[in-house]
This record gives sequence, structure tokens and C-alpha cells, in this order.
Amino acid sequence: MPDSGIGLWGVPLAIFSGAIRNSTPFIFVSLGETLTERSGRINLGQEGTLVMGAMAGFGVSHLTEVYWPSVGTALGPWFGVICAGLAAAVLGVIHAWLCSQPRVNDIAVGIGIMIFGTGLAFYLGKPLVGPTAPQLPAINLGGWSSSEPVRAALRINWLFFIGVAVAPLMAWWFKNTRWGLIVRTVGESTDAARAMGYSVNSVRLYATAAGAFLAGVGGSFLSLYYPGSWNEGLNSGQGLMAVALVIFARWNPIYCVFAALLFGGAKALGPALQSIGVSKGHYLFDATPYILTLLIMIATCSASRNLSGAPGELGKATA
Amino acid sequence: MSELNATRPTLAFRTKRLIPASFIDAMIISFVALVISLALFGLFVMFSGVNPLDVYYWMGRGAFGNSYAWRNTMIHAAPLLLTALCVAVPARVGMMIIGGEGCVLLGGLFAALAAHMLPNAPPLIVQIAMVVVGMTAGGVWIGIAGALRQFRGVNETISSLLMNYIALAILNHCVEGPMHDPTSLNHPSSWPIGAANMFGNIPGTEIHVGLLFGIIACVLCSILMDHSSVGLATRVVGGNVRAARVAGISVAKYSLMACFIGGAAAALTGVVEVAAVHGHANDSLAAGYGYAGILVAFVARQNPLAIIPVAILLGGVGGSGDLLQMQVHLNSASVQVFQGILFLVILGLDTWAGRLHEIRNIWALRIISKYASGGYKKRPALGAANA
Repeated sequence: MPDSGIGLWGVPLAIFSGAIRNSTPFIFVSLGETLTERSGRINLGQEGTLVMGAMAGFGVSHLTEVYWPSVGTALGPWFGVICAGLAAAVLGVIHAWLCSQPRVNDIAVGIGIMIFGTGLAFYLGKPLVGPTAPQLPAINLGGWSSSEPVRAALRINWLFFIGVAVAPLMAWWFKNTRWGLIVRTVGESTDAARAMGYSVNSVRLYATAAGAFLAGVGGSFLSLYYPGSWNEGLNSGQGLMAVALVIFARWNPIYCVFAALLFGGAKALGPALQSIGVSKGHYLFDATPYILTLLIMIATCSASRNLSGAPGELGKATA
Repeated sequence: MSELNATRPTLAFRTKRLIPASFIDAMIISFVALVISLALFGLFVMFSGVNPLDVYYWMGRGAFGNSYAWRNTMIHAAPLLLTALCVAVPARVGMMIIGGEGCVLLGGLFAALAAHMLPNAPPLIVQIAMVVVGMTAGGVWIGIAGALRQFRGVNETISSLLMNYIALAILNHCVEGPMHDPTSLNHPSSWPIGAANMFGNIPGTEIHVGLLFGIIACVLCSILMDHSSVGLATRVVGGNVRAARVAGISVAKYSLMACFIGGAAAALTGVVEVAAVHGHANDSLAAGYGYAGILVAFVARQNPLAIIPVAILLGGVGGSGDLLQMQVHLNSASVQVFQGILFLVILGLDTWAGRLHEIRNIWALRIISKYASGGYKKRPALGAANA
């Protein structure tokens, strides 16, 4: 960071802007995972769907600009976001379909989707390493400030606001709509859902596909805004940490946003300290989000009782 | 162990044969999975405009075509044998550990540390110290994930994967900080372990001893898991935690033991990489062996003995990636796509696995299953203990 005359204030500012920036993919993936887990299934493959979404979003945005330049710059990225979600949803459908087979373990399938999704995204994305794509627009909230770092910190992407808006919407949807109730029923007790005449597997199929869609949108943020390009080092466990984050947020969509902000801030800690010259041990600072996730899981889990808010069918082996 | 002996006749897990039935099952299912995956992968490359037959040809040739290919395959297979154990052994107690990558890194790091601590010792002592210290580090590392699961109910899959990232941070921190060798300018590395302390090749070959370690480890784990009372106890724990408690088996003890063995095996990969390949620890240890081992373990259906052929086969596929790139212009990620397809197919076949005895009457399988008919009983699905 160039010398901006704000000195040590740069650290909280960098953490603030980093928290907003880094939390966006976390918000989407954790909301998607909340939806899937509320239906009683864990999708550990969100890491793979995230990468797939990042690749698809970047690819579509790039191709729209190349073949349809008149609208490509403006609409291309948004088209990319939607396609990212759809590509990820396909992986979600594969996950749900495999899990619906008897005696298939959802955690193992999640690991499989992680490997498959990453491999497929790297394969299809090989030609995309290098080209540029039109990026998602950001909103400038910092026009009032004369300080460039403040303005940069307040340049916030649209997707962040969309994610923050989706969270209460999803909470309301769970609580107040028929479909929300069905998803919760399937997640709490498959017997009750069956007795009511709902197909457990198809409800979970929709929930997993929709959850993967959101994760894909989160992935497109990585390739279409920050860092803003496609390469094979784009993901760093966000999809997996989101699964832990959902446990921390107690399967509550609104808590997910706060948890995502916390994780995003932890991720920004290393670079923020480096910007003021603390570079000793920066690898350890970079590991902060992982250590934080682990500590939070240790603190919030329990061997002896079920977690409050946990869907009843979660983690049960399918017969 | 008297209480164990008392319960033994009622538990259907006891195997009567030297080659356990689960091995035969694993081999049949892996073979079917491989054929299906190759077909799906063929379809996939067809969409990329490549003739699948060419792909199969170069895959086979790159893996087992000549002595150079065989050597390459074996070198690729060696780490997979050990990292697959890191998944397969904890799976016996119902834990799904995917932290092998972190163990590889820490194993290598601690091996370098051990060598540095013994500057004037004879090579054999240093080598033994590297193996012991490295393996202990890895064992404790996965042991932590196991303990968190046992005592805090933390999902071991997530925690072990998070710990991979933490292990990488520790490795990078050490090789650039406290253990930095000032002469390694371009590629920050730890102090060298010294040429005299390097492991050699297997006599008469150009393959390092890692392969031998891997095969020995798989056979030892197979004996431990399928032919000992410890193995029986771990299976009971993996099958039904409450039944194990009723039978007086300490769930925590056997779970942690399985985690320790798995972690130690994966860490041995790191020790071998440092002591037989690189000569010092650095981030080239993070070559994805831990992740590739997950696939091997699942394809081998968590059977230690089945890991050996599966690792060689998948090592061959991994080794043929370069050739595929050169000959048919498939990009280097195509091997990952194949691995992903294979993983999903093998999981899809899980649903089929428990019913294998129903289709044993198919004549083609009768010959193989003749050997398996004695010990086979329906086994609990992996992860059933998590419920």
C-alpha cells in the first residue's frame, strides 16, 4: 500500500475492506450450505462447486465480451454470475443424485465432488488462464472522502449487497413459506416428511442444487471481482471453511453473514499487517482463518449432545 | 483381551483366510469402477475432439509400456501407498480423515529437523531418527483430529482438511524463518540433511526405498486390521460404537490408535521425499500426494492390501499425464478429471457393494468368489458410526 498519510489507521481500514471483500464468497457458500444442510444433507463438495463457478463465470464473461462486444462489458459479468450458478448447480445435482442411492455416504460424495469439480474446472479453464474478462461493477460509497485508501475501502461490490439481502430473505423463507417448512421437515425428520407425502430425495435434490447455485455465485465473485482473474490457485479452502462456518452460525442464514464477515476479516489480517511492514511470520498470519475455524469448531462442538439448531437428520447414515 | 475372545463367535467379522474376502470384493468393485470410469472419461475426451482409443493407448503405454514407464509408475505409486493408509486405517473406526497432505508436509519438516539435531551421528542413526521423528509428528497431527472428534465431537473430515492448510503455513514459516538454509536463495528450503544420510534405491533398481516402505506398511496394516484382535476391535468400533462399549472395547483408544497409524504412514511419505528425493524440506513436498491418497483409499475400498494394486494402477495413470499432453494434446488437468470421475463412480458403486453376494452366482465371478465365500458377511457402511 502506498504511503497515504493515515499511518496505523491503515490496519483497521485494510481489515474492514478485506472483511467485506473476502466475506462475499463466504456469505454465498455458507448460505448455500445452510440451505443444503437444513434439508438434512452435508455437501462437502462446495469447494469443487465454488471453483467450477469461478471458472464458468469468468469463461462466460470473457466469451460474452469477445463475441458480443456491444453488451459484453456491461451485462457479460452478470450473465457470467448466472452461468456460474448453473454450472455449480449441475454438480449439486450429481451430488444429490449419488447421495440418494442407498448406502452412499454424503461426506464421501462431497470429497468426490471436490476432486471432480476442481479437476473439471481446471481442465475446462486451461485456455482461460491469461485472458481478461469484464469485471463486476462496484458501488462507490466513499465519494465524500478525499483519502484514496478510504475511497478504495468503500468501493463495495454489488454481490456483497445481494448476499447480505439474500440472508434475511432465506431466513424469512425458512420460517414463513410452505417450501421452507417442507425443507425443514425433511431435514428434521425424514419419517415425518414421508408421512406427509413428500419425497425426501427430491426435496434434498432441489436444496442441494440451489445450495450449489449459491456457492457457484460465490465462486464467480473470486474470478470476476477479487482477485479478478482465473487461475488454478484461486480457491483456498473457502468452500470447506464455509461448511465449518455454517456450524458456527448454527444453521441460521443471518448469523452466516456475521460469521462470514468475521472469517473475511481474519483472512485480511495477514495482508493488513504486511502493509504496515510486519512481515515476519506472515505465513502464520495467513493461516489465521484456518486456525480460527478450527478453534471455533472446538469451542462450539460437543461430543455429548446435539448442537442447538442442528437439523435432526444431519449426518445420519441413509439406510 | 479375554472379553474380546468371549464376544468373538457372535461377531461375524472374523476372517478365516489369509486373503480376506473384503480384499476380493474390493478388487472386483475397483475393476468394475475402473472400466466404467474409463468409458465415461472416453466420452468426455470425445467431446474435446480426441479419439478415446488413442487416450487409452497412451495411458496404458505411459503407465506400463516399457521399463522406463514401469519405473515412473512405481515412483508415482510409492507415496500413494502410504498416504492412502492415512485414509484407510482411520476409516476402519468410522472416521473419514483427509489430512494426509498435512502429514506429508510435517513428516518431511520433522525429518529435516531430526537430521539437523544429529550433526555427527552415523547415517543409520540419523535415518532411523528421521523416520521415527517424522512419523511421530504425523501420527500426533492426525491424532489431534481424532481426539477432537472423540472428545469434542468436531467433524474430523473438516478439521483434518483445515489442518492441511495450517501444516503448509508451518512448513513455509519454518523453511523461510527458523530453519532457513541461507544458501537456498531461489527456492527457500530447510537445512540439507546431508548426502551421507540419504536413503538409497531398492537394490538392483532405480526406484527409491519409499516403494518398499509403502508395500511393507500396507501388508503390516493388513495383518493388523484383518488378522489380529486389535483389528477386530477397530472393526467393532467402526461398525457400532455402542456395541463396542458394551463389549468393553475402549472406543477412544482404538480410534486414536487408528488415527496415529494413519498419520504416521502419511508422514513417512514426507520423510522419504526429504531423505530420498529432495535432500531438504521445502514447499515441493506439497505435491498433492495426500489428496491423491484419498482417491486410492476409496478405490481400494479402505482395504490395506487392495491399496497396493490400486496405487500402482493410479500411479500409472498419474505418471501418464505428461505423455497424454504430448501425444494427444489433452491438457494436464485431464488426469484430475479422470480421478474425479473414478471417485464418483466408486462411490456410486457403494450402493452395489453390500449386495455383491447376490450376484456371486454370475459364472464369471464364481471363480474369484470361490475364495471369498468363507469370510464374507455384510459390513456396515463407512461412516455409519457418525450417526
